[in-house]
Amino acid sequence: MSEFFAMGGYAWYVWMAYGAAALAIVVEIVTVRARRKRAFDELRMSLEPPRPRSMPHARGAR
Amino acid sequence: MLINWFRFASPVSFYPIAGRWSFAFGALAAVLAGAGLVVGLWIAPTDATQGDAYRIIFIHVPTAWMAMFIYLVMAAWSALALGFNTRLSAMMAQALAPTGALMAGLALWTGAFWGRPTWGTYWAWDARMTSTLILLFLYLGVIALRSAIEEPRRADRACAVLALVGAVNVPIIYFSVQWWNTLHQGSSISLTAAPKMAMTMLAGILIMTAAAWCYTIAIVLSRVQAIIVERERGAGWLESLIEWRAGSEH
Repeated sequence: MSEFFAMGGYAWYVWMAYGAAALAIVVEIVTVRARRKRAFDELRMSLEPPRPRSMPHARGAR
Repeated sequence: MLINWFRFASPVSFYPIAGRWSFAFGALAAVLAGAGLVVGLWIAPTDATQGDAYRIIFIHVPTAWMAMFIYLVMAAWSALALGFNTRLSAMMAQALAPTGALMAGLALWTGAFWGRPTWGTYWAWDARMTSTLILLFLYLGVIALRSAIEEPRRADRACAVLALVGAVNVPIIYFSVQWWNTLHQGSSISLTAAPKMAMTMLAGILIMTAAAWCYTIAIVLSRVQAIIVERERGAGWLESLIEWRAGSEH
């Protein structure tokens, strides 16, 4: 097994290449999912009925 | 087989289709990548001259191919968006750019880590490497241009023009190894000549390329879904999408 990870002495080069590819793919998947979730959250917020406005001037007015 | 192609032209009907295809191609990509890694890292024999350093080829070649191909697809969607003024075409072009940049970046990165043990250098201003770096800058330029323009439809047109002008770089990359005799070797795989490598090496490259294709389709369709929701806000149909999403999204 350690022979496999040693890659015939080229471990640094091989695993830097494969590791970067794996990391890039994971990061891309996570950011795309987060972007889709954020888009839906903002959509949901924009669809909620506007809250009734409080009218502070009405209370004190005579 | 009769397909109503107009269904694919409007974001409202494309959204659920994109979700299903994204899931299917994502699953396919995972299976292919698993098989490709087994072939590439275990089954394929150690190279006689390069030792195990050559195994970087199974990442390098697929990502370099995808970087070029995604650019052409992005340019084609951009041409459609300019010609027919269709929203979804521009959204597809927008969704392709980040993944294209990622593939170009990985092609350069893996190339550097392959070049060091075999050529003695991480980087050289070789024709193919330089033109691939320009490809990465073109992707980043398209992304930056979009974020610099407030109005989406105006950004669509500006990005489409930049994408189309930049497409001239793709044949330059492809033929660079023939036109200029610099560091990067010629293509190792040809449709017309007998393979110059072991069958398992060739199989590994082809499986990993298929995996990269499926991954690209899956992630781009997923991103285009986010873009549809971002850009179609205010259109009434999105309300029903929330309920649909709650029921069926993965």
